Amino acid sequence: MSLGTFQGGVHPYDGKELSKSKALRPVLPKRDLAFLLSQHIGAPAKPIVSVGDQVKVGQKIAEAGGFVSASIYSSVSGTVKKIEPRRTATGAQCDAIIIANDNQYEEVEYPKRKPVDQMSGKEIIDAIREAGVVGMGGAGFPTHVKLSPKAPDQIDVIIANCAECEPYITADYRRMMEHPKELIEGLKIILKLFDQAKAVLGIEDNKPDCIKTLTDLTKNEKRIEVKALKTKYPQGSERQLIYAVTGRKVNSSMLPADAGCIVDNVETIIAVYRAVAEGKPLMERTVTITGPAIAEPSNFLAKIGTSFEDLIEEAGGFSVPPIKCISGGPMMGFALFQTDFPVTKTSSALLCLTRDEVAEGKQTNCINCGRCVSVCPSRIVPSRLAKFAEHDDMEAFERWNGLECVNCGSCSYVCPAKLSLAQAINYMRQKTLAEKRKKK
Amino acid sequence: MSELYHVSASPHVRSKVSTDKIMLCVVISLLPATVFGIYNFGVSALILTLLSIASCVLSEFLYTKLMHQKTTVKDYSAVVTGLLLALNLPATVSWWIPVLGGVFAILVCKMVFGGLGRNIMNPALGARCFLLISFTGQMTSFSSEKYAAIDAYSGATPLAYIKNGGTEYDLMSMFTGRTLGTIGETSAIALLIGAAFLLAMGVISIQIPAAYLLNFVLFLILFSGHGLDLPYLAAEVCGGGLLLGAFFMATDYVTSPITPRGRLVFGIILGLLTGIFRIYGGSAEGVSYAIIFTNLLVPLIERFTIPAAFGKSSEKKKKKGDA
Repeated sequence: MSLGTFQGGVHPYDGKELSKSKALRPVLPKRDLAFLLSQHIGAPAKPIVSVGDQVKVGQKIAEAGGFVSASIYSSVSGTVKKIEPRRTATGAQCDAIIIANDNQYEEVEYPKRKPVDQMSGKEIIDAIREAGVVGMGGAGFPTHVKLSPKAPDQIDVIIANCAECEPYITADYRRMMEHPKELIEGLKIILKLFDQAKAVLGIEDNKPDCIKTLTDLTKNEKRIEVKALKTKYPQGSERQLIYAVTGRKVNSSMLPADAGCIVDNVETIIAVYRAVAEGKPLMERTVTITGPAIAEPSNFLAKIGTSFEDLIEEAGGFSVPPIKCISGGPMMGFALFQTDFPVTKTSSALLCLTRDEVAEGKQTNCINCGRCVSVCPSRIVPSRLAKFAEHDDMEAFERWNGLECVNCGSCSYVCPAKLSLAQAINYMRQKTLAEKRKKK
Repeated sequence: MSELYHVSASPHVRSKVSTDKIMLCVVISLLPATVFGIYNFGVSALILTLLSIASCVLSEFLYTKLMHQKTTVKDYSAVVTGLLLALNLPATVSWWIPVLGGVFAILVCKMVFGGLGRNIMNPALGARCFLLISFTGQMTSFSSEKYAAIDAYSGATPLAYIKNGGTEYDLMSMFTGRTLGTIGETSAIALLIGAAFLLAMGVISIQIPAAYLLNFVLFLILFSGHGLDLPYLAAEVCGGGLLLGAFFMATDYVTSPITPRGRLVFGIILGLLTGIFRIYGGSAEGVSYAIIFTNLLVPLIERFTIPAAFGKSSEKKKKKGDA
């Protein structure tokens, strides 16, 4: 079988060997938990508990604030200590519910669900929405919205994003190795919503064991297949993945559904399974704690709301003082100025580096070498777009297709002049989009 | 835990390629041609080369000092310019020619535009053309008793000899480089070794040289009057500054288009202009003028070759489908 791939892309050091072999391990939080009310794209959730309330594991503590929003559940039992603004990993501020853990882990009774076979499409979507499931690969788009496209009949491919192309992260890898059946059951639940569709598990070929396990498990599934993908960053980027799996192209003005596709990542599909088959809300996720500064790089099943500091301690603490701590992977993750941030629905990893390669690089003028052009998966001209951003030239920025950028960072990675191209382009793209919204 | 960690926008890892490493690669790739030039033309070639490099590096250093800028000589780009300029000089010129050329290349062609990455034409070629126009005698005289041993065509370069109707050129010596010409242009094999190195290291891509050479050959077949005369074509390709120009100067990042289609267009125009200059022009040469002229067209070429972004064509289809 030929490998699925796309044009452009880079091959950064992947660092996965640090944590690859470490089995998923649950972590009990020691510090207070912080549940950010904005862990997803869309309106922030609205708190439905007050300071002093007792809560149980699995109790809803904040209600979705609209259609494009998601509810939030407590992952521990204890007392609501306060509701106060906290900083998110991306640097923004939003309110958070702080819960003091009583270490009892007293659970609520989960609603009894009908067997999946007897559920209607609407009941499945409702169960997913009720559980507060969002895209856990990083974007945090509410899954019930994604699974309710305008024309469900035209969806013919459900893609399970098993690429995990970000260096260092092995959370999805461990999920696939340890819970492959749940992953496949979750996919089957999604397939129930789309009669015309087949499901494809897109896996990078640096994970041959996953490919083998999942291929064996889906041997007798007519509607599910495994597609090996070339290992290359950003293979897990939605548009690149759709192209690698189906040959269809999606641009910035389209949704994957316009190309008949729906893409969900491994962790999201597991959450769908838990929500629909087990009736359990989204309360925990896999998190990789890794990097050269971490004593024992590990993969954890972390309760949402847990401070990263608890996870770092659980991973043996720092072996050397880190210089840079990143929530997510090194290509698209967010640098944290300290580590007391809570795990959210979209935190896939904490990467602690002992070097800051960005600060080390000596910047020169752009020498027009075109390396950024050849690696750009969106086939645009990053160096020129960064220049337009510098000159605040919105018209030229749009003419040169700057809005097509997916902010994968390949251009900055490869730039010999060590320019922060992706940063400049992303800034200009946000600004242009904001300007366009104003005009509307 | 009171200490704050570094923050920056993603990505947080960077590749090892850097501007100075790339420039160093270019210097290394020019060494075979330089060494052969020195072997071919003697110690004067070595002195001219060193003078040219020193002049370029010093000009850039003094300019940045004078303008209170951070010095940029450590990026090796001035060394590349100096070396390229030297390879484009006859070995017989006076010592002050490379010195003046170096100053002109760095100050007039590069620094006044804002330094590396901002110049609009290849500095080495800009300086060469300046010298050609100002000191035509020195810059076009290749004959000298000192070189009588290899002067098979009584003081003419192979190209000039062919242009004057000569037919008894020795292809083998043109390939190895035992002929007259500028210091670095005579040996096709030395240049090709350097070019292969650049291609293998990923420093240059094949588009520009391939489009350039193929279109040049095509032009000759159609318009030179020789038709499909293979020895003649081989002589035209190996002779003069074509290989040096196609692989080392037309591929100069700064002064060539960044768009993939633009690079092809750039190469095609170069082939065309070089053909016109060599066949219809007064001189047997044409590469330098072709390149600096086409350098000036780069912004225009880029404007018309903005690449189609990923998925942009499918959007059009979609819109048509909707209508």
